[in-house]
Amino acid sequence: MVPVVSPALTSDPRIAAEAPGTPTPPQRVLPTAIVALLIAALCALAAVLALWSVDRMLDGPPAAVGAALVAVGAGALLPLVPAVRAFGNARSRARLLAEGRLAAARHEAAAGREHAHTAMGYAVAVLILAMLISLTTANDGAITTTFLRWQFLQSSFLDVLGAFWVNVKVAVGAQVLVLVVGLLVAVMRLLPGRAGRPLRWMAIGYVDTFRAIPSIIVLYLVGFGLKLAEVPLVEDLSPIWLAIIALTLTYSAYVAEVYRAGIESIHPSQWAASRSLGLSYGMTLRTVIVPQAVRRIVPPLLNDFIGLQKDTALIGVMGVVDAFARSRLAASNVFNLTPVIVVAVLFVLITIPQARYVDRLLAKQQRRTGRAA
Amino acid sequence: MTFLEINDVHKRYGQHDVLRGVSLDVAKHEVVCLIGASGSGKSTLLRCINALEPIHSGEISVDGDVVSGQGVDVNRLRRNVGMVFQSYNLFPHMSVLRNITLAPVKVGGKPRAEADELALALLDRVGMKDKAEAYPDALSGGQQQRVAIVRALASSPQVLLLDEITAALDPELVGDVLAIVRELAQDGLTMLLATHEMGFAREVASQVCFLHQGRILERGTPAQIFEDPQEDRTRQFLSRVLVAGRL
Repeated sequence: MVPVVSPALTSDPRIAAEAPGTPTPPQRVLPTAIVALLIAALCALAAVLALWSVDRMLDGPPAAVGAALVAVGAGALLPLVPAVRAFGNARSRARLLAEGRLAAARHEAAAGREHAHTAMGYAVAVLILAMLISLTTANDGAITTTFLRWQFLQSSFLDVLGAFWVNVKVAVGAQVLVLVVGLLVAVMRLLPGRAGRPLRWMAIGYVDTFRAIPSIIVLYLVGFGLKLAEVPLVEDLSPIWLAIIALTLTYSAYVAEVYRAGIESIHPSQWAASRSLGLSYGMTLRTVIVPQAVRRIVPPLLNDFIGLQKDTALIGVMGVVDAFARSRLAASNVFNLTPVIVVAVLFVLITIPQARYVDRLLAKQQRRTGRAA
Repeated sequence: MTFLEINDVHKRYGQHDVLRGVSLDVAKHEVVCLIGASGSGKSTLLRCINALEPIHSGEISVDGDVVSGQGVDVNRLRRNVGMVFQSYNLFPHMSVLRNITLAPVKVGGKPRAEADELALALLDRVGMKDKAEAYPDALSGGQQQRVAIVRALASSPQVLLLDEITAALDPELVGDVLAIVRELAQDGLTMLLATHEMGFAREVASQVCFLHQGRILERGTPAQIFEDPQEDRTRQFLSRVLVAGRL
């Protein structure tokens, strides 16, 4: 665009040289269109080759699979469409420019470049997919047969799913405890005055320690140590409860810091307003500060909870047969990793609904309190 | 009869002296306006009366009882001394009604139904009854400040501290809020206002104090302060306000 700055106001020679009123010429489209077409064509070729290798690996697949392969191949050609349209824009631009219709030529140039860029973006995505497909067919499909064999999936699925229930129990148990213990530790760390000092230090020491120790070590020590030491009350607990305790110890340290960040993020004026109404320190914390803090920390809390869920795959070290332990057993029986893939998929499947639930929760809160989404 | 007595109050933030010997007597039903430049100590004085800030020396008493220093039940003091802030400070996670009934229910021990009834009556008085279930973020600044005043009034305080309550408002919203304060003054509520609204101060105040660098430099009736100020500093301040078109 033409700079509106008058030459007298600026010492920049580039601006000063351009006299006001000189129209900018439309950008060039043809080179970009040529590059886009080349990239789209090359990527489509890569995709077709990859699909062909799948076809060869399956060695005469059923008609339905064959049709699917053809459909995917056709999809890989799609980026060619905007690339070709960019050429049309380039032609129109040249014609309009010749007619002296500068503004219209500029619009045409912008549309052409947008088409060319779209073609390139989609083409690169096609290329990445083609590379992934090639990987699965590499070494005559060794990857696919190692990780994904339908028969092993069928034979191990129910076993692994049953054992996954252990992971779910441990995760939910630990999450409930973590919410409570984490808040207690956070509040301890924020206790005011000289009276609160020893408790503050204890909270800091706890967080520093348990955030640093790998959770697999805590699980190991709690799982075997408490039993060996015949600690009263604890020695009779089931291994599942010991796992819950160990993960609670680790994750309360993280969550305490999340809570603390949330509490400290509430503006001091909220404290002033609440205290000025005659509410005590504790009552202010409970009814004004923590409820607001909790709303803010839901997304980071979900992060830590997903981390906790994933760490339930470590409880095998204390002798609990969870889904991962079960799947390794199944995998070593059949000499194939498909059962482990089943566990991995199960972990993904339980995480996604939680992420969507949190999204909806936040959206609902925003609607309710009248904030623009 | 003196209701609120402030006696030689000093307050420091680190090395910085904010209040340097402030003394002030306020009788019941009086409306005292604190004027002065930013940083002169108006807000700090109000916050000290409410015990939101500790004082370093001097004494503050309300209704004959010393309320400054150690061992004072600040929560009880604050139920007698309400406060309204420049930036409203409503609780964003509570509806208007819950904002207002929080203290009467949690601190005053009122049954919820009774507190709701009182809150709705007060909201009706400020023309906000239809917003009882709204959340603060859905309200305009003027509406939020009216709710904040009602929230302070819901605990039936004997004195209300108003800390530049119109300073954050758009000019066209100032009138609504000041109208409420005017009405409260006519009802005989004891009030201390830190304000930049000189016209309003002149109209409602029974006493005007000009603060300068942590001291009350001059005090008197609005007529004395605005028409015949004795101190140079007061004259300078008022003329600057006049130039800014606020008088």
